[in-house]
Amino acid sequence: MAGAPVETRPSPDALLKAAERESRGTFKIFFGAAPGVGKTYEMLTSARRRKDEGVDVVIGLVETHGRAETEAQRVGLEVVPRRQVEYRGTTLEEMDLDAILKRRPKLVLVDELAHSNAPGSRHPKRYLDVEELLAAGIDVYSTMNVQHVESLNDVVARITRIRVRETVPDSVVDQADEVELVDLTPNDLIARLGEGKVYVREQAQRALRHYFSPGNLTALRELALRRTAERVDEQMRSYMREHAIVGPWGAGERVIVCVDPGPDSANTVRAAKRTADGLDAELIALYVETDRHTLLSEVELTRLAEALRLAEQLGAEVARLPGRTVVEEVLAFARSRNATRVVVGKSRRSRWFELRHGSVVDALVRSGSGIAVEVAASSSDAPEPLGPIDWLFGAPRTIGPYFEGLLTTAVATGVGMVVDTYVRLPNVSLIFVVPVLVAAARHGLVPSLWVSLASVLSYNFFFLPPLYEFTISDPANVVALFFFMVVAVVASALGTRSRAQAQAARREARTTADLYAFSRKIAGVIELDDLLWIVVTHLARLLGAEVAILMPEKTPLEAGKLMVRAAFPPDGQLSDADLAAAHWSWDSERPTGKGTDTLPGGRWLFVPIRTSRSAIGVLGILPKAEAGELSAPERRLLEAVGNQAAVGIERVALAADIDQARIGAERERLRSAMLTSVSHDLRTPLASIIGALSSLQSYRDRYDVATRDELLGTALSEAERLDRFVGNLLDMTRLDAGVIVPKREAVEVGDLVSTTLRRAMPLLKDRQVSSHVAPDLPSLSLDFVLAEQTLFNLLDNAAKYSPPGGRIEIEARRAGERVEIAVRDEGPGIPPQALEQIFDKFYRADDGDRRRAGTGLGLAIARGFLEAHGGTIVARNRADRSGAEFVISYPAS
Amino acid sequence: MTGDAATILIVEDEPPIRRLLRTTLDVHDYRTLEAQSGAEALSALRHHRPDLVLLDLGLPDIDGLALIGKIRELGPVPIVVLSSRGDEAAKVQALDLGADDYVTKPFGADELLARIRAALRHRLQQQGADRGFTSDDLSVDLVRRLVKRGPEDIKLSPKEYDILEQLVIHAGKVLTHKHLLREVWRDESVDPQYLRVYVRQLRQKIEADPSTPRHVLTEPGVGYRLV
Repeated sequence: MAGAPVETRPSPDALLKAAERESRGTFKIFFGAAPGVGKTYEMLTSARRRKDEGVDVVIGLVETHGRAETEAQRVGLEVVPRRQVEYRGTTLEEMDLDAILKRRPKLVLVDELAHSNAPGSRHPKRYLDVEELLAAGIDVYSTMNVQHVESLNDVVARITRIRVRETVPDSVVDQADEVELVDLTPNDLIARLGEGKVYVREQAQRALRHYFSPGNLTALRELALRRTAERVDEQMRSYMREHAIVGPWGAGERVIVCVDPGPDSANTVRAAKRTADGLDAELIALYVETDRHTLLSEVELTRLAEALRLAEQLGAEVARLPGRTVVEEVLAFARSRNATRVVVGKSRRSRWFELRHGSVVDALVRSGSGIAVEVAASSSDAPEPLGPIDWLFGAPRTIGPYFEGLLTTAVATGVGMVVDTYVRLPNVSLIFVVPVLVAAARHGLVPSLWVSLASVLSYNFFFLPPLYEFTISDPANVVALFFFMVVAVVASALGTRSRAQAQAARREARTTADLYAFSRKIAGVIELDDLLWIVVTHLARLLGAEVAILMPEKTPLEAGKLMVRAAFPPDGQLSDADLAAAHWSWDSERPTGKGTDTLPGGRWLFVPIRTSRSAIGVLGILPKAEAGELSAPERRLLEAVGNQAAVGIERVALAADIDQARIGAERERLRSAMLTSVSHDLRTPLASIIGALSSLQSYRDRYDVATRDELLGTALSEAERLDRFVGNLLDMTRLDAGVIVPKREAVEVGDLVSTTLRRAMPLLKDRQVSSHVAPDLPSLSLDFVLAEQTLFNLLDNAAKYSPPGGRIEIEARRAGERVEIAVRDEGPGIPPQALEQIFDKFYRADDGDRRRAGTGLGLAIARGFLEAHGGTIVARNRADRSGAEFVISYPAS
Repeated sequence: MTGDAATILIVEDEPPIRRLLRTTLDVHDYRTLEAQSGAEALSALRHHRPDLVLLDLGLPDIDGLALIGKIRELGPVPIVVLSSRGDEAAKVQALDLGADDYVTKPFGADELLARIRAALRHRLQQQGADRGFTSDDLSVDLVRRLVKRGPEDIKLSPKEYDILEQLVIHAGKVLTHKHLLREVWRDESVDPQYLRVYVRQLRQKIEADPSTPRHVLTEPGVGYRLV
């Protein structure tokens, strides 16, 4: 077939398909942009016409949604009764597939192709029912909207912000023999909507008002028109195939990208994708397997596979063709697929290689008449180890290394002459290997070859007789010089290779070090904001780009809205368009924006970050304007850092969750304790007060003076208790709110004790109180009011837990650098297991029957106030007798 | 006290507390006027010239502290403030703005009456009716500058005496640190530390048990009071 145009015979595939079609029913889809354009009506009208022509038409299933005009079209058409399906107590009606197959009409009408069948039906989807009908040789008319086309689902969702769950695979649509577009202008459709002629479920009313906006409808209509046009195009291609017409006809763009195993292949694929998107064209990725394929290295094979996978991810069709030469196959394929444009990667082969094998680009351009060839730009700094021939062209372009080479050669010559003068070295030429190796290691192949040349000349000139001439008298020396030359070249090559490897290793090491440094940095971080800050600053430094992390908002008001949680530089701004791109990336879980196939026109690149457990957020990268897109290694680095960041963020989030749960449980416990306490401690004194006062009011005359006094005394002391309780609640609230700032002043311990005792006297009237303040205690720097309340609460506690007549001792003494004030009572003491808990809010040592009146707050407040001063409190049981001892201790300032 | 019964203006917006105050004061033969707001209070002051104002700091129309300033502009009528525990800063401010004393809510009738008596007595003292202080074991004669604990004379340093003099002049009333510094040192910015040192020394001399003082009492966070 050499030289002959490819595809001048009908392709066997095409003929096979045509043959297959013969026995199948024909399939026609009435296709619309939106609900309400009149698909069902149009389908019924067509069906009636067919019936009038004498075709056996039945209605498999048609939803008229009660529209009168549609209903009218149905009249006179035979209907196959629907099947009743019981599902979870409700009866659903589905198309009766078996009944239709049994009835075997010529044409059956099946409305709403995208419908999902009730569970338990033979096929989960209605289009599969249709498939079976077609296979049975029955013609089918069906309807669907553009939103139901699988590949357009995303686009429609983006336009309308409504995602349709029921979709039809593109292959089903492509299979249709005919697609009739039922078109209605947006204004007409809106008018119909207004007249109530469009079926809309009640609950969807509001959402659909947005759906039916003129802008949306215009966009949907364009989509539908374009999808139909594609269909037409496909038909044209089929026609060309069947009739062996060599294309292209230039009727709709199709772009082919040549994938090669080179380092830029992924970039080439992306570039081609952008080109295809720009032209609204279909993209086909083609790899031609030539003889060279078997020679590919592991790295190249991986890269090739990655590029092809990427192409697939980007929605391209992927083809692998065996062939003798790339150019021939590409062109044949392009013609057969009616492609108008071929994208190839920029050649990274050496000029030498191209001289020998010819340039693919040139050949394509020369022989590909009617086909545009586009060369994708390569990424600038792909760290490809230099190939054997590329070493030549990787040579430094400045003269420094060459000059340096001459210098080292001169030094070697000098050293050689000195050595030669004192010792008769049998082979001075060895000295010249040194500058060659130095040049190879420092500057690569070309300079070292240059030094080799200089060395050979110098050796010849200065050391081989006749001296100081570029001639050689002894033939043995010619041989020696020749081998020296060989050694120099081999040494150059080896030196250069080790240099390249060292460079690659250095790069690798740097990347590893970067990642390691990053992981170490985030390892110990427990605050989310700190972690995010490290991520953005680190990435910004590594990539030389602006970096932002967006995470979904958790507040119910803006739930799900992505917010910038960290950015570097911190004042970076995201425009609404950028945010939309970020949202798209978040929703679709795909990289979006610059350098990707989605919204590539954006300034930012957004990469979703997620762990295997959950999606975390979106990482945004804004490369410096001049740098353009990120290079492949940068992308890899970004991915690696992104993964680590995701794990780190998840770790922090989990830790926070656990904390939150613990705080929640503690809060719950406090809330119930609070409720118990408040209901008990507010009610008890109130009950006494109300009881006492009401009986006094009603029966004053029957009571003698003593009884009246007793009742009044009860009411008064209970009211005072209530006051203390409310005071405690307020103090606790202030402590919890963290608004307590001690106003320190110099306080005399004696003054503190006596002032407190004076206020506590009513509580202590039935107790024996003794106080002892050591003389010459230093004054303390305290907030007098807080300190007094602390001591008061301890006295209150002592009074509560000691029997009437019991002794309460207060002792203030010096203890090293601190001053201690001990309060002792003669009560039952503290149960040992409760020693830790008695300072907890709402804790009471003897919960239960022997419940003491009290709030369970006094000691908690005492401790809170103490801590505000740097004081401490200890509770213990007395050693000398039954009773508790509380010791507070303040630093003696 | 009949005939010469003092008139007390009750400024309080809570009706139950107003009623309680009125009842309590009526029983003890004071005449009462009532005001529910700052505006009513100022109007009552202009028209009725009460002998003492009992002022709740939380009023609906005007900040209680601002009202003290306005009352002071009208004249030197004694003001006793009703305030709540935990609000020492407001008490000090009220006293520094010219209030004579405060009662902490909730209060007992005895305490309230004692404060009112002290404030009214102070008015009389200023008119020269009384120039001394006498209790079971302490007597101070300001005219002759004599201080006695029981039978023995006590020698005070000039500053100690000046402090005691202030306390005696305002006996029963609380004096803020600022007040004492202003009157004794003639300088409010002096470190209150000095004041505490002198009060301590004063207690050593005039109290029977200086570690449990009975006359010079500390009002936590506010100042001192002589009883």
